Amino acid sequence: MFDVVVVGAGPAGSMAAKTAAERGLNVLLVEKRQEIGTPVRCAEGISKDSLSRFVEIDKKWIAAEVVGAKIYAPDMTEVVMAEEMAGNEVGFVLERKIFDRHLARIAAKAGAEVYVKTTALGFERTDNGLRVKLRRLGENWEVETKLLIGADGVESRIGREAGIIKTLRPSEIESCAQYLMSGIDIDENYTYFYLGNELAPGGYAWIFPKGEKSANVGIGVLPSMAKMPAKYYLDRFIEKVGIKGKIVEFVAGAVPVYGEISTAVADNIMLCGDAAYHSDPITGGGIANALSAGYHAGLVAAEAIMAKDYSASFLKRYDGLWKSDFGERLRRNKKLQEFFLKLDDSTLNSLARSIAVKKIEEMSVQAIVAELLKTNPNLIELLREFFT
Amino acid sequence: MRRKAVVDRRKCAYCGACVAVCNINANELIETYLEINDNCNGCGICVKVCPVGALSLVEG
Ligand SMILES: Cc1cc2nc3c(=O)[nH]c(=O)nc-3n(C[C@H](O)[C@H](O)[C@H](O)COP(=O)(O)OP(=O)(O)OC[C@H]3O[C@@H](n4cnc5c(N)ncnc54)[C@H](O)[C@@H]3O)c2cc1C
Ligand code: SF4
Ligand code: SF4
Repeated sequence: MFDVVVVGAGPAGSMAAKTAAERGLNVLLVEKRQEIGTPVRCAEGISKDSLSRFVEIDKKWIAAEVVGAKIYAPDMTEVVMAEEMAGNEVGFVLERKIFDRHLARIAAKAGAEVYVKTTALGFERTDNGLRVKLRRLGENWEVETKLLIGADGVESRIGREAGIIKTLRPSEIESCAQYLMSGIDIDENYTYFYLGNELAPGGYAWIFPKGEKSANVGIGVLPSMAKMPAKYYLDRFIEKVGIKGKIVEFVAGAVPVYGEISTAVADNIMLCGDAAYHSDPITGGGIANALSAGYHAGLVAAEAIMAKDYSASFLKRYDGLWKSDFGERLRRNKKLQEFFLKLDDSTLNSLARSIAVKKIEEMSVQAIVAELLKTNPNLIELLREFFT
Repeated sequence: MRRKAVVDRRKCAYCGACVAVCNINANELIETYLEINDNCNGCGICVKVCPVGALSLVEG
């Protein structure tokens, strides 16, 4: 009998498995893919601070370091966000193929069993825990466990089977397409974001440098607003902006942009990362929150084993932890997303123009909104409606 | 005639977006192989969400 079975070896699952194993728990981490980290479904950007909170930085999986971001309105008005001090890198672009494997390896090193090509099919409740049904290398296999951590990403079935989450609607998920391109001529010190309803309905396009003139060039659109598949908008973006380079890899994916769920637990079960819709509703970034949620789920798993209490009411401690870390940000950014979705391209242009000359020294959504409010006091009225 | 989702395997980039939005668990991503089972009710939500346009609805 395991103390914890963790499903999914992405950042959330590996961090949960590592944290629980380090505290002496008997942990099984299962991943349905045969190779952890591939295929990549990510643009790989993360802030330095949120990464170094949970992992020791290793250059092996850092593809590039950036000092700031440049945001473009539909008419190409540029807003620059950058640290004052030169040489002060604030963000990383990861090599997730290596990063995700590294995390799984440190989970294994902490004592977790790691099985790849092993899919969780479902679970049943037993007298003293759960029976998890797995398919390992094509064979059916069942294991008993006290706790189950669902870190199975956007396609999570565990959360739905446990009745914790509802299936995402087309207005709650960003549909994404991305090319890894080589031979790109950009200032590699920045990440680039392009906004506009025409360009990327309900989303945005991005260019994240990966070093040696290569970059992730991608787009996310909201299926409820887009008339065509994401890849169509990506090809159009590349043509419009005139990005020249060779496509060396293609990535498709999806990110929840749901906002905060009320609870991520049920009896014996915790969800973390994209499985719990922990990704940011404005940026679509989810690595940082996945790491935090995984860490906190691992901690609470250890406490539950110690207390021999696997009830939802005990596991709610985990809700308390992830919510106090980033729950409010999910709530606020969901409201902001709803607000931005209502703006047409000409409003976006004039808002961008109003702050284009300003220096925004912090790389965050809050910093932009604060600057927008300073320059456009009338926005406060508009935003109030969303924040009360 | 009942409608049903079908996948064009030459286009599918096995990203799982369609699995995330299917209300009745009628699809599953097995590594790089998307399987759509007979429960599919042809609601078409997955077709709308697929980033590469690999899904379509057919009669039957
Ligand atoms: C195109 C794109 C760009 C993105 N860009 C960024 C970015 O720049 N920065 C950022 O922070 N975030 C970004 N994200 C979001 C980020 O990729 C996710 O939030 C992050 O990977 C979530 O981590 P996770 O551990 O929760 O899930 P995942 O990394 O998705 O891991 C889940 C794992 O579970 C496995 N799994 C699923 N079901 C089962 C099962 N039944 N049995 C066994 N294993 C299973 C999957 O194979 C997968 O390996 C992007 C997403 C997309 C699609
Ligand atoms: S959403 Fe499209 S590309 Fe992604 S797995 Fe489904 S059919 Fe394949
Ligand atoms: S058409 Fe509807 S029921 Fe069928 S696989 Fe797609 S989302 Fe599921």
